[in-house]
Amino acid sequence: MIEAIVFYFFAAVLIGASFAVITVKNPVHAALFLVLAFFSASGLWLLLEAEFLAIVLVLVYVGAVMVLFLFVVMMLDINIARLREGIWAWLPFGALLAIVMVIEMWIVLGSERFGLAGTIAPEGHPAGYSNTKELGMLLYTHYVYPFEIAAVILLVAIVSAIALTMRRRKDTKSQDASAQLAARREERVRMVSMPSGRK
Amino acid sequence: MAYFQDLFGDAWPLVWTLVKIVVIVMPILGAVAYLTYFERKVIGYIQVRIGPNRVGPIGLLQPIADAVKILLKEIIIPSGANKFLFVAAPVLAIAPALVAWAVVPFSPELVLSNIDASLLFILAVTSMGVYGVIVAGWASNSKYAFLGAIRSSAQIVSYEIAMGFALVGVLMVAHSLNLGQIVKGQTGSGFWSWYFVPLFPLFLVYLISGVAETNRAPFDVAEGETEIVAGFHVEYSGMTFSVFYLAEYANMILVSALCSLMFLGGWLPPFNFAPFTWIPGFLWLLLKIAFILFLFLWFRATFPRYRYDQIMRLGWKVFIPVTLVWIVVIGAWMQTPFWLW
Repeated sequence: MIEAIVFYFFAAVLIGASFAVITVKNPVHAALFLVLAFFSASGLWLLLEAEFLAIVLVLVYVGAVMVLFLFVVMMLDINIARLREGIWAWLPFGALLAIVMVIEMWIVLGSERFGLAGTIAPEGHPAGYSNTKELGMLLYTHYVYPFEIAAVILLVAIVSAIALTMRRRKDTKSQDASAQLAARREERVRMVSMPSGRK
Repeated sequence: MAYFQDLFGDAWPLVWTLVKIVVIVMPILGAVAYLTYFERKVIGYIQVRIGPNRVGPIGLLQPIADAVKILLKEIIIPSGANKFLFVAAPVLAIAPALVAWAVVPFSPELVLSNIDASLLFILAVTSMGVYGVIVAGWASNSKYAFLGAIRSSAQIVSYEIAMGFALVGVLMVAHSLNLGQIVKGQTGSGFWSWYFVPLFPLFLVYLISGVAETNRAPFDVAEGETEIVAGFHVEYSGMTFSVFYLAEYANMILVSALCSLMFLGGWLPPFNFAPFTWIPGFLWLLLKIAFILFLFLWFRATFPRYRYDQIMRLGWKVFIPVTLVWIVVIGAWMQTPFWLW
């Protein structure tokens, strides 16, 4: 009973927030609505007893990715009027894509394949069950190669993003911390003994 | 107790939880008020001054006078500011700082919600705190506030990585994500069984990243009054400003509590013989929290503010490699017979 109320509450907030992401005019508001959507999704995952994934969703997407996203959106001067110009010309194309996606999702998630008839509902776990441990076990034993490959792909993406945007200016003034730390007193200070001016 | 249980009937668990929340949050807010007093006193004595000494005996009523004064101040909303987000930002800043206490254990039994993944929960909740700063900076419609917000978000995101890796070391050693279990794993003959001994580099990284996470001196470039006036909260006044202030101090207390729980043995006494075991565990935890808070104030009085590029260098080029190396060292060490913890 309470679970159902919580589910419908989070689901309603999730749908409302996702809808707001694409309809609000201000891009910063859209990003904040996306944060709300992530949060509600993580609430739904908690209901499914997937606490590790739920917390990591908040930690990674809300705590890091969206912060950087907001960072960029705030600094860009986005002209909304220009973004909205071609909306009618692109509408049929977008609608077609949306319909295709809905049909695809319906085929995959349709009730005869995905519903309770096809697969049995998983049982609840006892109190001491740690799905963090289970997930770690699976990731580092059974799925270790796909996991490592995914990690390498991400690394390549990071390196290439840096390589694409890095420009080294010749006249930039940056400090070399190790050279600073290696400086000795003798190189910088010269003691001069001078006679006092007054007699 | 039974009388109240009858009175509320089915709603009793809800009411009882609310009572427990109030019992945790009220002392924290009180501690925040007196931490500001303590800070002014400590820094005063470090700088050979007396500090607040007019209101009440040795200035003890100063925080209350400040609170009353700030309650009566006008809240000014700048023109062109986004009104809703402007007011929501302080709330976004303080809520995570208080929510995280839900899973902090004060003694083996004394914890509001003993969940399995409490360490992860705390990481996730505290990572939300940065939204208060960013939203405040953006909604103020002011250049200084915006610059402060950008600096602060970049800094918090960078140091969160080092902090997360430091915690990976702790959970490797403790075999658990539960804060209560982590403290229990440090039970032994005395303070050398606490995790700060094998994890000393991670302890330092966590402590310093904690200072950076809470935007405290010497990492307080988000405020940077010498160049950007007061950073993200320059447009705030009255109660909205003081809520940011509360959030900063509540975060300090939280980081100190986590540091004592994960590295300094929480409620465990430093020696397992007579005079030390008489003191209750709760008091030991408070003493450890107070010690780390004192370090925070000491840092502020001692170090000048870091330059921005130096902060980034320290976070990315020093702390992250140190934590990564030490995680590998710990992993190898735990496989050898020389592992004693």
